[in-house]
Amino acid sequence: MEYFIELFLGGLTRGSIYALIALGYTMVYGIIELINFAHGEIYMIGAFTALIVASVLTLLGFNELSILVIASLCAVIWAASYGFTIEKLAYKPLRKAPRLSALISAIGMSIFLQNYVLLAQTSDFLPFPALMPEFGFLEPYAHIMSSAEVIIVLTTALVMAALTFLIKFTRLGKAMRATAQDRDMALLSGVNVNRVISFTFIIGSATAAVGGVLIASHIGMINFYIGFIAGIKAFTAAVLGGIGSVPGAVLGGMVLGWTESFATGYVSSDYEDVFAFTLLVLILIFRPEGILGRSTTQKV
Amino acid sequence: MLKLIDVNTYYGNIQALKGIDIEVDEGEIICLIGANGAGKTTTLMSISGIVPPRQGEIFFMGRPIHEMDPDAIVGLGISQVPEGRRIFPLLTVAENLDMGAFLRNDKSEIKKDLAYIYDLFPILAERRHQAGGTLSGGEQQMLAISRALMARPRLLLLDEPSLGLAPMVVRRIFQIIEKINAENRTTIFLVEQNANLALKIAHRGYVMENGRITLADSAASLLSNEAVKKAYLGI
Repeated sequence: MEYFIELFLGGLTRGSIYALIALGYTMVYGIIELINFAHGEIYMIGAFTALIVASVLTLLGFNELSILVIASLCAVIWAASYGFTIEKLAYKPLRKAPRLSALISAIGMSIFLQNYVLLAQTSDFLPFPALMPEFGFLEPYAHIMSSAEVIIVLTTALVMAALTFLIKFTRLGKAMRATAQDRDMALLSGVNVNRVISFTFIIGSATAAVGGVLIASHIGMINFYIGFIAGIKAFTAAVLGGIGSVPGAVLGGMVLGWTESFATGYVSSDYEDVFAFTLLVLILIFRPEGILGRSTTQKV
Repeated sequence: MLKLIDVNTYYGNIQALKGIDIEVDEGEIICLIGANGAGKTTTLMSISGIVPPRQGEIFFMGRPIHEMDPDAIVGLGISQVPEGRRIFPLLTVAENLDMGAFLRNDKSEIKKDLAYIYDLFPILAERRHQAGGTLSGGEQQMLAISRALMARPRLLLLDEPSLGLAPMVVRRIFQIIEKINAENRTTIFLVEQNANLALKIAHRGYVMENGRITLADSAASLLSNEAVKKAYLGI
């Protein structure tokens, strides 16, 4: 039983990270119906930014907690500015083009960013400092769930709550929902749709960067390629939950996290990806709109 | 108030509007009639900036608006009730009305307008927490008009408000349109296939064929015009 709980909590941690990244995919898809393939790279850039800032601050002799906070903030801001710029450069000019054009542009952007970081940094794995504090009172339970994992899950819950509030109750959130449902009608209501799209990219990139910092600090190393794998997994999570649906992204992330965790624990870690993608194939066959997705809404 | 001068609008290479001129004065109800595909909806979309004209000029209260973004045009006081109503299906009735007032900041006045709307259409008050997509066609049309009114427009563009509605509901909608025009002095630019009904409430009318304005006259003379009778009134 204890083993089961351990796997369950491990899956929850993994799932949290997937959910944080999947949010960006699903929100962007909801608004402009584009799979933003460069989204995984944003997560990777978030992790690298945190690493660089943390290294500098360590040299300057800052304490651990302030390093974590400042590095995370820098990562979020820097990743958000990347997300904003990518949309303006690679997607906005193609807004009226066929959807395939924007998709190809996204793949190009992804390859470009990977190679840019490869050249600017290195192809080797770089050690990432463990920035997350250890809680003494969790010591007895450390074999089930570490402090870092608790922090990951709690941070994710906090981000989700903030995002739900934003979407449900703010003016911007209402404009986002309206734009997702009928872009021209949103324009006719006076919504500056370009600004809404920019905000969506900024928010999605910021949450991906949070995920990047958390997981890098937890696992302890990063390289230029981590965005690709995480991106594909998070994309899977978004599709599982129903792409375009925010609660779906969270649920999809968790389901994927648990699938992987239990597959690793009860079968073999070699089969982790096999189970994850088998699940994806099954969902696509039997419920293509995803767990919480709606069957294609028709636009009147 | 609104002036279109030699407006040419294209969808890709297809020319939908071929140099049209229209003038709307403050306080009027103007109707634009014509067959399917004549360019009526395109005319409204050009005014609202969704499909901006490639050539020609559009002035509103003396200001050129043909190069402005749609949200800025709404800000100047032009609201549109598009064809097919275009209710946000997953937003509640109340949220749909909120979207109409998106650019306004005068909270107490918005509240007043909301009360006015709920008074005009009690059914909307009853269903305010229901998703817009669950309303019937007639209710959706009421909601669409109300949403546009929430912007307190000076000029209201209406695209086929009678489409797909039962005759009784259509009559009610047209009564409301007349009421809005009379009470709030909101200028109305109405696009309709139901020419008979539209010409009865309008002051003046334009007839459109293949992207061109072919006739412009007072509503009364259009109603008695032999060619119009034959082509659009089914008499």
